[in-house]
Amino acid sequence: MYQQKDFVLSVEGLTVSFDGFKAVNDVSFYIEEQEIRVIIGPNGAGKTTILDLICGKTKSTEGSIKFKGKELTKLKEHEIVHAGVGRKFQNPSIYEDLTVFENLELSYPRGKKVFGALTFNRDQEVIDKVNEIAEMIFLEELLLSKASLLSHGQKQWLEIGMLLIQDPELLMLDEPVAGMSVSERKQTAALLQKITKDRSVLVIEHDMHFVEEIADRVTVMHQGKVLSEGSMEHVQSDPKVIEVYLGH
Amino acid sequence: MLQSKFKSLTPRNDVLSFIVLAIVLMVLLPILFDIFRLNLIGKYLTFAFVAIGLVLSWGLGGILSLGQGVFFGIGGYAMAMFLKLEASTPENTAIQSTPGIPDFMDWNQLTALPWFWEPFHSFTFTVVAIIVVPAIFAYIIGAAMFKRRVGGVYFAIITQAIAAIMTILIIGQQGYTGGVNGITDLRTLLGWDIRTDSAKYVLYFVNAFLLLAVLVVAQYIRKSKLGRLLVAMRDSEDRVRFSGYDVSNFKIFIFCIAGIFSSIGGAMFTLQVGFMSPSLIGIVPSIEMVIFAAVGGNLSIIGAVYGALLVNWAKTILSESYPEIWLFAMGALFIAVVMAFPKGLAGLYETYIQPKVDKQLDKWFKKEKAE
Amino acid sequence: MFADYTWAELGSIFAMQGFSGLILFSVLLLMALGLAIIFGQMGVINMAHGEFMILGAYITYLTSNFFSTFLPELFGIYFFIAIIFAFIGTFLLGAFVEWSLIRHLYKRPLDTLLATWGLSLILQQLYRTIFGTREVGVSLPDWMMGSYSLTDAIEIPINGMIVMGITLFITVGVYLFLQKSRKGKQSRAVVQNRAMAGAVGINTASVDRFTFALGCGIAGIAGATFTMIGSTGPTSGQLYIVDTFLVVVFGGAASLLGTVASAFSIGQAQSILEFFLSGSMAKVLTLLVVIVILMLRPQGLFSLKVRR
Repeated sequence: MYQQKDFVLSVEGLTVSFDGFKAVNDVSFYIEEQEIRVIIGPNGAGKTTILDLICGKTKSTEGSIKFKGKELTKLKEHEIVHAGVGRKFQNPSIYEDLTVFENLELSYPRGKKVFGALTFNRDQEVIDKVNEIAEMIFLEELLLSKASLLSHGQKQWLEIGMLLIQDPELLMLDEPVAGMSVSERKQTAALLQKITKDRSVLVIEHDMHFVEEIADRVTVMHQGKVLSEGSMEHVQSDPKVIEVYLGH
Repeated sequence: MLQSKFKSLTPRNDVLSFIVLAIVLMVLLPILFDIFRLNLIGKYLTFAFVAIGLVLSWGLGGILSLGQGVFFGIGGYAMAMFLKLEASTPENTAIQSTPGIPDFMDWNQLTALPWFWEPFHSFTFTVVAIIVVPAIFAYIIGAAMFKRRVGGVYFAIITQAIAAIMTILIIGQQGYTGGVNGITDLRTLLGWDIRTDSAKYVLYFVNAFLLLAVLVVAQYIRKSKLGRLLVAMRDSEDRVRFSGYDVSNFKIFIFCIAGIFSSIGGAMFTLQVGFMSPSLIGIVPSIEMVIFAAVGGNLSIIGAVYGALLVNWAKTILSESYPEIWLFAMGALFIAVVMAFPKGLAGLYETYIQPKVDKQLDKWFKKEKAE
Repeated sequence: MFADYTWAELGSIFAMQGFSGLILFSVLLLMALGLAIIFGQMGVINMAHGEFMILGAYITYLTSNFFSTFLPELFGIYFFIAIIFAFIGTFLLGAFVEWSLIRHLYKRPLDTLLATWGLSLILQQLYRTIFGTREVGVSLPDWMMGSYSLTDAIEIPINGMIVMGITLFITVGVYLFLQKSRKGKQSRAVVQNRAMAGAVGINTASVDRFTFALGCGIAGIAGATFTMIGSTGPTSGQLYIVDTFLVVVFGGAASLLGTVASAFSIGQAQSILEFFLSGSMAKVLTLLVVIVILMLRPQGLFSLKVRR
């Protein structure tokens, strides 16, 4: 029981089945404070499903997810967010019809209830915070443009910015550099370096150079199970991993 | 500078179109038309309440209800029940076998007032019911559906079925509801005869005033963070959910608001037209209310008012002189609005007229500054 | 409410009402089958579905008039020819509507709903202009009328049996078509993964048009069949639309078996309630129960748990 204190997130025996098919099968792993963990694995390994389970998008069949000692499997999605878990989706999901400013503002942690939202006041504090985040995600010049006008990479940043403004203790990113140009990738890596201080991060990524650059520890998944776990070198030399990646 | 740009809750164009509408409703129409026509316009405007609600829930929130007639009916029937009780004094109904109850009950061999009619002796209760009952009803439907993530076409179909059920129920239970004829022969409101021309004038202005008030509330909601959240939900519901919002609560809220607006419209309909019947509740009127909003432009609350006025006016003109053309026109209107003018009148205005107005306004404001 | 009847009486009541429930079930199922394809398989809301049925009924009416005037000796079998005409007519109209309207709106379900409602108004007025506002009925050949006595208390109308027969035939036909035929497999493939189906060489646009037209054609058959048990007016179609959609949604939109089960339970419930309550209250109660169940279980009776 007591050891959980060191872990921000402990996932134990997590299983979900869709009509008998176990997309995630008895998965356990632990994330420490300020750790950057990357999950890799072939397509269909269950990586995105793991994130779905943690943030409550999908309900687990069995197992537990404890975040700072709090059981997440019983909570609703917005309660999990309030507990301090933020999640970025694989495809940039932002509000195309709103401006960049409004996109960021909606994630500001105030006025999250119906009447709070009705009476929400855009005060200096909100404006300052939005400006601060916008600068961090390289969009300070574009605050008043509609989000639909942004490039693919800028949309990814905007979504990361929307998470940052919530200031989550656990940040989950699903393929944050997918579809980005080389220069955007570099900027994103720098951005992640900056924002991963003071929080734990769980990343799904295919780009191995990028993984090598940021990961503290790597979890390899295959067919819904954890295949291997450890440092990048450890994982890369694990025969089971080589089998899966090169065997067929 | 940034702050002032962000803070504008009431953009210049919105204020301008609101003032123009207020002048049209409060000054222009009363001058141009006699009381018979004006009363008719007042009737059209009661549908604008529904259309404004639909702009909020459907245009802004993406929730299309095909059962708004039900809420219109709740308000309309609540008001009609009150007026009917007032008209059914024992003296007025002395020839009935049971004096003191509404005439249609007597025709259906009822000998006592049903329990749910009793509270409608009180005007205060009636007014409260017009606001609260639709809210509760919308809350129940909304909570059941949105908490289970039912939306889109399923929501449309289910609300349509509710409208159908409501009509069958009212028609079937004619002893309690007045049946297919509805509740008719309404006379006075707290002793004030609502059938006279002067009363019709007063009611027209009360109605127009309430409509403008509803517009102000709608504008506030639209420009609040809640309004932006609804737009955001249309774009990416999951992103809103995972930004820490309980999405269903916001949908329930806006559906309740739309229901309350419709109910107010219904009550004003009863007062101005002098009856309420199931023909205003069912599938057909409910979906026609959607077309009012669509013609006006489903994102424009002001457009909804013009949409309701225009379609109803066209309906009166056409069905008076060429009844066979009316359904063709209405059908074509549905198709045209979807295929060719998805933004309705408001869209046409924004593309063709607003740029010119903006230019003119800029000129004026500049002049003022220069002086 | 049961106290006034003996057990024997109750038995025949349930048998009779059960049978009329079976007829209602056939009617509901036949109405819903076309929609189960259009809405269940394609996800398209066609509010003019009722008007397609009415078109089938009017075609039957015309055929019956034609036969009784020009080919009275073949009148005995006109009905089956009328069904074929009804299918062809509604199929063609369906294909035209898909081409001119529906295909532009596949990604906008709510707009489809409004546009097809507009279409239904236009069709209604068209019927009114051509056939007049009065309801029309067809005369049936002698062998289709009368009833068959099972016991003293239980009589079975022959036209009801024919309706059931046609329903059974069409249901099995639709099932076999979707599961076994090449076109049916293609149409399911397009529904499940449009991009992939296109990539392996299926002409998705033509499959869409065919599937939609087929659903309309089945509506036409339904309309033709209904002329046996009721008359047809320009606005009759509107009466069907809520029932039809509820049957499909209640069954779990994508499941044909669900549609059958849902039509059966709604038909039985309504017809048994009808004996004890007034017709309108029976209907209100049935629809209300359906809606409450749908609110508690929005996916309908039959559905798969799938990854979303």
